[in-house]
Amino acid sequence: MRYAMAIDTKKCVGCSDCVVACQLENNVPSGYCRDWVTETVHGSYPNIEMELRSERCNHCDNAPCVRCCPTGASHIVEGGVVLVTPNMCIGCGACIESCPYDARFSHPDGHVDKCTFCIHRVRKGLQPACVSVCPTKCMYFGDLDDPSSEVSKMLRTRQYKVLAPEAGTKPQVYYLV
Amino acid sequence: MASRRDFIKISGLGLLGLGVTGGAWSVLRASTAWEDLVAEGIRFSPTYCEVCFWKCAGWVYKNEKGDIQKVVGNDDDPHCNGRLCPRGTGGTGMYHDPDRLTTPLIRVTENGKQTFRKASWDEALNWIADKMKQTKEQYGPESVALFSHGTSGDHFEHLFKAFGSATLAGPSYAQCRGPRDAGFKATYGAGVGSPEPTDIRDTRCLVLIGSHIGENMHNSQVQEMAEAIDKGVDIITVDPRFSTVAGKSKHWLPIKPATDLALLLSWMHVLIYENLYDKAYIEQYATGFEQLKQHVRRFTPEWAYGITTIQPDQIRATARLMAAAAPAVIVHPGRHVTWYGDDSQRSRAIAILNALLGAWGRRGGFFLKEKASLPEYPYPPYPQPRWTWRDTLDGRYALADEAVTNTLIEASIPKEGQAARIKGWVITGTNLPQAIPEKGKMLQAIDALDFVVAIDTMPMEVTGFADVVLPECTFFERYDNLRNAPFREPSLALRMPAAEPMGDSKPAWWMAKQLAERLGLGAYFPYKDFSEVLDWQLKQIGSSLEEMKKTGVIRLPRKSDNLYIKEGEPMSFPTPSGKIELYASTMEQAGFDPLPNYIAHPEPPEGYYRLNYGRAPMHTFSRTANNPNLTDLMSENDLWVNPKVARIWGLENGQYVWLKNQDGMVSDFSIKVRITERIRWDSVYLVHGFGHNRKELSRAFGKGVSDTQMITAVRTDPVMGGTGMRGNFVTFLMQEPTKIKES
Repeated sequence: MRYAMAIDTKKCVGCSDCVVACQLENNVPSGYCRDWVTETVHGSYPNIEMELRSERCNHCDNAPCVRCCPTGASHIVEGGVVLVTPNMCIGCGACIESCPYDARFSHPDGHVDKCTFCIHRVRKGLQPACVSVCPTKCMYFGDLDDPSSEVSKMLRTRQYKVLAPEAGTKPQVYYLV
Repeated sequence: MASRRDFIKISGLGLLGLGVTGGAWSVLRASTAWEDLVAEGIRFSPTYCEVCFWKCAGWVYKNEKGDIQKVVGNDDDPHCNGRLCPRGTGGTGMYHDPDRLTTPLIRVTENGKQTFRKASWDEALNWIADKMKQTKEQYGPESVALFSHGTSGDHFEHLFKAFGSATLAGPSYAQCRGPRDAGFKATYGAGVGSPEPTDIRDTRCLVLIGSHIGENMHNSQVQEMAEAIDKGVDIITVDPRFSTVAGKSKHWLPIKPATDLALLLSWMHVLIYENLYDKAYIEQYATGFEQLKQHVRRFTPEWAYGITTIQPDQIRATARLMAAAAPAVIVHPGRHVTWYGDDSQRSRAIAILNALLGAWGRRGGFFLKEKASLPEYPYPPYPQPRWTWRDTLDGRYALADEAVTNTLIEASIPKEGQAARIKGWVITGTNLPQAIPEKGKMLQAIDALDFVVAIDTMPMEVTGFADVVLPECTFFERYDNLRNAPFREPSLALRMPAAEPMGDSKPAWWMAKQLAERLGLGAYFPYKDFSEVLDWQLKQIGSSLEEMKKTGVIRLPRKSDNLYIKEGEPMSFPTPSGKIELYASTMEQAGFDPLPNYIAHPEPPEGYYRLNYGRAPMHTFSRTANNPNLTDLMSENDLWVNPKVARIWGLENGQYVWLKNQDGMVSDFSIKVRITERIRWDSVYLVHGFGHNRKELSRAFGKGVSDTQMITAVRTDPVMGGTGMRGNFVTFLMQEPTKIKES
């Protein structure tokens, strides 16, 4: 089993519904977020291209945050999901520094926090909160080892990219372009 | 009549679950099965959202302690299809906002200084009822005006009509969609209405004139646009700004601001003179084609190029693209269209284009909407007012279909030697100073009025002008009318309280009923609880409140099976001729151009830039600017500036500047500069609804600039009274010009 997410940049309007849904689902304190929207613009007026991306932890196959964690708080569970155990985390911040996606932050309670792919929902057969609310249905979540999953189908039929492939982290959030 | 079971489809979704077990990832659900959640102590109640006017139906989730946790879309609702937008998802912030109004307030003078003191409901309601009675006796009930927006306004409208006043207005007409509805009515005999009957999901070509779907989160439209993108729709976006949807468009036409009408006329020229229009449709359903053909003869793409800066070949290519997709093409009517004062004429041009393409009443164009026929509760008949809002037009704005807020404001200002007609205002759910331009006139009126009452959930600017403030509870804490909006299929949605009203706040129906009883109008409110009205109405159509509490939404079958006009089917339009009037007889009779003409609009003076404004997906006007969940997503607006302009002024990204407009109006607060290629060099852009100057709004106070404050030049649409607001020009001030004032 390998959980992954595919996000269609052609449909995303950058509305941030994914962000607020995550904040409410995961009790993310005000002023922090586990997912966010990035806008990249190329060209100059009037020859412009723009891409909007909902970004989060990439739940990398080769996760530097897990390797560098001195206490084992950062760990990998079923489906390759990277999690942090708050009461094992000493808040040293090594993982924050190691992440090429800037996906981790120091929670005001003293531990490091980040996206969990809503594993608590996934274990109940639900989609991650961000995916479940997205008005444009631009986000697909599922098991890459299951060829009939939506995410597998999308990666079979569409062009895609990952962020910072040069970092060698083997990220598992794919952007359909 | 169909049997009750056939009549109302009770959805299994979200109620009894889909029986999905873990591992079946292709059918991962958006929401949890009802029984799982109930087992976990979660409780739900149905609602429809009040964060904007789209009114999406959803479920409010509460934990075992009864605290409101979140709200999610109702899978059965055609307005949201189970998915709310960020404002709806973050709507719970409206309920949790610690800055909420929670007690009635009365203005008093203490030590020579005006202030509010807390009051009991009895005091506040008696105060208002006394003022209304006095005004009625002295001047007549018509002299009390109601300004409203949103669902709570329904209850006060009912009260006002019972009281004998039809002096009722909302900024949703003259500050927003009015010109569009006037333009379409003159053409098709009926306005566009809300939600717009645009068949986006099946369209092959979507044309947006300044409309920024995706930044305005009109939920089902955004959803359908995404669906259409999946199906390969061609989008044509006309906007001086590279909007979100411009980034998803096959053609982005970076038009010179204020010249859209020239482009629309040249598109008509191409469609007609290249024989690309739908001849059979025009022949059967329209009149005035020959006049239109003669009229647009000279409006060639080359002519339009000189005005719009859009290349002739691009004008031709886009017209041909539309024609190739026709009739599955939509030239979107937009929504906020009060721009330049000739907006009804621009909307007419859009209406005509859709007719030439044969799109009205066609799959992938505009569907024929239908609303549920829901019997009205048997209230006593309303008295006939001696005069209405229409009399405040004083012979202007002949095609105004709804009240114009501005003429009500004017009628509240005494003129030389002449008393004002309107003596008192009741304002519910609308923050007038952030919605209506020309604040000077509003302040003059407020100064002259005998009394002002504001009803709101939040201490918005408007409450600062009131003599009495009534705290309304949020939509999470109240019953309101059933949502009954026309769409592809009729549906009803229920809003019921998920929690007790916070503090001493109350629902609007309760306030209206209390006032009615004090005014001797108790017969118009013959119930203890508003839920009785809903139950009565639902029973008339074979359902009940109890049943609807379990489903939140009921979908009803259409009475007419024609979602679209069938090929060659006879069709009568509610215009004087019974046809689509390309040449509009109602416009001609009222003394307006029966065919739209391009007129040039003022351009920015040297060193000034056109002030364009719009929406962000996470905010609704000024209403959400203090919502803790939504300010977390966007806490202030920023000023989009083209890099060339930034270079001239030495502006840096993230720098704060103040704005000054052509009339010398200086912004109360500063705004963060955002240097971006997405904006033309002759304009700047900001998101509407920020720059609040009331300290009681702790998160919104002083954040960004209010576009409404900077709109001091208004070009009024002579057709229907819309306030054209995009003829204002601003320049940058690097230093703080004045000490910040509080209103």
